[in-house]
Amino acid sequence: MTQATIDATIARGAAQGVARRGGRGVKPKLGRDDWIMRSAMVLIAAFLVVALVLPLYTMLSKSVQDKAGEFIGLTNYAQYFGTPALFASIYNSLFVAVISTVVTISLAFFYAYALTRSCMPGRSLFRGIALIPILAPSLLPGISLVYLFGNQGMLKELLFGHSIYGPIGIVMASVFFTFPHALMILVTALSISDARLYEAATALRASRMRIFFTVTLPAAKYGLISAAFVVFTLVITDFGVPKVIGGQYDVLATDIYKQVIGQQNFEMGAVVSVVLLIPAVIAFIVDRIIQRRQVAQLSARAVPLEPKPSRRFDATMLAFCAVVGFLIVGILGVAMFASLITYWPYDLSLSFRNYRFDLMDGGGWESYWNSIEMASWAALIGTAVIFCGAYFVEKGRGFAAGRVLFQLLAILPLAVPGLVLGLAYIFFFNKPTNPFNFLYGTMAILVISTIVHFYTVSHLTAVTALKQMDPEFEAVSASLKAPFYKTFWRVTVPVCMPAILDISIYLFVNAMTTVSAVVFLYSADTTLASVAVLNMDDAGDIAPAAAMAMMIVYTSAAVRLVHALATRGLARRTQAWRRR
Amino acid sequence: MTMTTMNPPQTDDLSGAGYLRIENLSKMFGVFAALKSISLEIREGEFVCFLGPSGCGKTTLLRAIAGLDIQTNGSIFQAGRDISRLPPSERDFGIVFQSYALFPNLTVSKNIAYGLESRRMPRAAIAARVMELLQLVGLPDSGEKYPSQLSGGQQQRVALARALATSPGLLLLDEPLSALDARVRVHLRHEIKHLQRRLGITTIMVTHDQEEALTMADRIVVMNHGVIEQVGTATEIYRDPASAFVADFIGTMNFLPGVVTRPGRVAFGGVELDCAGGVNGFAAGTPVTIAVRPEDVSIRNIDGSKSNSFAAQILEMEFLGSFYRGTLIAAGTPADAAGETLTADFSINAVRDLGLADGMSLSIAFPPDCIRVFERQ
Ligand SMILES: Nc1ncnc2c1ncn2[C@@H]1O[C@H](COP(=O)(O)OP(=O)(O)O)[C@@H](O)[C@H]1O
Ligand SMILES: [Mg+2]
Repeated sequence: MTQATIDATIARGAAQGVARRGGRGVKPKLGRDDWIMRSAMVLIAAFLVVALVLPLYTMLSKSVQDKAGEFIGLTNYAQYFGTPALFASIYNSLFVAVISTVVTISLAFFYAYALTRSCMPGRSLFRGIALIPILAPSLLPGISLVYLFGNQGMLKELLFGHSIYGPIGIVMASVFFTFPHALMILVTALSISDARLYEAATALRASRMRIFFTVTLPAAKYGLISAAFVVFTLVITDFGVPKVIGGQYDVLATDIYKQVIGQQNFEMGAVVSVVLLIPAVIAFIVDRIIQRRQVAQLSARAVPLEPKPSRRFDATMLAFCAVVGFLIVGILGVAMFASLITYWPYDLSLSFRNYRFDLMDGGGWESYWNSIEMASWAALIGTAVIFCGAYFVEKGRGFAAGRVLFQLLAILPLAVPGLVLGLAYIFFFNKPTNPFNFLYGTMAILVISTIVHFYTVSHLTAVTALKQMDPEFEAVSASLKAPFYKTFWRVTVPVCMPAILDISIYLFVNAMTTVSAVVFLYSADTTLASVAVLNMDDAGDIAPAAAMAMMIVYTSAAVRLVHALATRGLARRTQAWRRR
Repeated sequence: MTMTTMNPPQTDDLSGAGYLRIENLSKMFGVFAALKSISLEIREGEFVCFLGPSGCGKTTLLRAIAGLDIQTNGSIFQAGRDISRLPPSERDFGIVFQSYALFPNLTVSKNIAYGLESRRMPRAAIAARVMELLQLVGLPDSGEKYPSQLSGGQQQRVALARALATSPGLLLLDEPLSALDARVRVHLRHEIKHLQRRLGITTIMVTHDQEEALTMADRIVVMNHGVIEQVGTATEIYRDPASAFVADFIGTMNFLPGVVTRPGRVAFGGVELDCAGGVNGFAAGTPVTIAVRPEDVSIRNIDGSKSNSFAAQILEMEFLGSFYRGTLIAAGTPADAAGETLTADFSINAVRDLGLADGMSLSIAFPPDCIRVFERQ
């Protein structure tokens, strides 16, 4: 027998040996890196527990307690469903949400179709216009609609005697502010279509119409469903629009506000919050399932579709986009003019009188600077925390259970409407026995609530960027005895810089425009611009409200512009390695 | 079982210098056993290839050695030290992945210097070492380039230089050549092998390409379904495969049905064959599989009296450039037993001298020392 066979025989003998001894699992020793990464991840998870799970839990328990804090079962719920005035809001909310969703999705779908499938001129301009609403608080379209169709509105007659204060106004304003969200999803869905399917359909002499219904629509199906759920959730949980233009038409979001701020009935506020949480959670779960499906649909060998010019089709699409684009720009323009007109409708001269916020209630210029401060902190701290969290969960070794749990915590905020989060914070942080009680009424709690409110999208952006990195970077650096934080700092962060900037800008703009969570949490020292819009509008100072809303738009736009320039500069200097 | 540096185990009787010792290693992914009680010893300075079909557990074994995915059971000793539980950062190895995993935003020099910086070497010493490594892998002028500016083969060399920079005791290569096109691959095979000889670094390379393993390795570990089928030099596993799997996986092999007649002899069709290597311990009357390589079938100077010879007919011949591969059938085989054809390689010379052609009948022989006997499946 040869050496080889002896080797193999010995190996076999040894194998039988272990079977006899019985298996005793190897417990890996944790390195320093493992300890640091796990501790940091646990820390961020603890942050999410304290700033999300515990407040939500407190709120849920509040909904089954009486004013004295005694457990009373479902009594509050019984009372809620026994009060037709409250109960009717569910129907109202669903009604405006469904109508807004149908309208937004139809418009956004054809707009996205025009952007991706036609050769009409000015496509990037139209894309830019469609994204404008993201820069504004949802209160802005409400204010513009008041100027257009309100009691002293310029185009009041167009409503034929109907009032803009109510479902009509809510739907119109909701369509405005949800349009870009739907558009982005649908543009993505339509751009991943496979050109080969269209070539095959054309070769089979299918008509344009038939191709649309047999190829285009099915391919965009998941995008459509996903966009519909996103819009539905945005509308049903939005508070700014119905507050400004809802009039007597009560919806769930305004009910929460009224119960808490108007009647100081916190328990009933909690009950309405739970009711509002239900559709949001359902939409969230359905969307998650669909997103998972859509990934599987993508084929690596798909050939991107290049639209071919067609005179009539392109002209039709151009006309459609021009109308939609005009409406978007128009609504923004109305707010801009409203803010500059000295005293509508009596003194139409232009002035900056409405920008003298210090003369009004609502916090004055102070609230604007507070917003800037808050948004900056949220962008800075939020980006750092969220990106690091995504890094630990994506690149850590072992600890599988902990990582799954962390993913869950990171996704959860998407299901929680801002108002619900804000109310939950009152219940949780306002308790004198809470060790975190010192946060209540500070800038910090505004920053924290904003980071948590917008955590999920940022987290998913970071995870996507991290997934695109070679999974062996960490293995290589460990073999080179480099601590993980060195590789994180020298490789991961620079390579992911575009995503990091995206996250920070997303957090900043949302922090500037959001009202829902912070409306319950600001104090006299920490009034915010978006809340000032709300309060000035409430007090009848609509023109200053428009002015402040425009300040938010200008700021968001300026920051976006700086971001675009910075990204380009950065690409030129530090991302030189991307070029060949 | 307690093992320390001072106290080498008794099983270590093969070379006395087992640098890396793997004992009863198994790895479970859920209920799936990716590695089943693997034991293996690797000597210092040796170049070992893990060879096996895709999915047989080669990468899993390599990652266990590196500590990247720690085994479920079993131990690993490196230079006498028990490293079974250690995280990768506390082990001593350099690694090159199939993707190279070069840091895209760092220049070639910075990539190579990456591990050196962690050891607080003076800057000048690092620069000198980087230059030395760049020379070593034949890229002296590429230090300031970014990885994306290099070809695949160049990137591969940079990854190798980075792995070697800190002079690790063990070099691990996971299919380092499989992302390259064929010509570069053949060239780099030699380069890596020379480099390894020169540095004398103990090296483990994972590959599913038998040619790569046969040309590069000092010893080859043939794996299948999470177990080691055979360990040996290229010639050993080629000439003396320990199992039908190895015989089939390495090179080409004829598998023919036979029956053991008496010690050292098997019946194939109407002939009794003499097996110099024995019949693998099978008792008389056991149905077995006879294995013969096509190039071992001899056709010259065979008359009826020569042992192990029988008549056959050439069904068809295939021209493969430097030789012909013929499909043959033994005379007297019933026409419906089409599975019992065998292949034989004929040199160009033989074809010319003997005038071989399709349909021709001739006498062929299996040399006794070229026959292996395996269990009938
Ligand atoms: N992380 C994992 N989880 C589950 N199964 C795995 C994992 N990694 C590898 N496997 C399975 O283990 C087997 C061996 O994988 P691998 O070692 O990568 O094979 P190869 O020999 O091709 O390198 C394969 O069947 C593979 O599917
Ligand atoms: Mg592999």
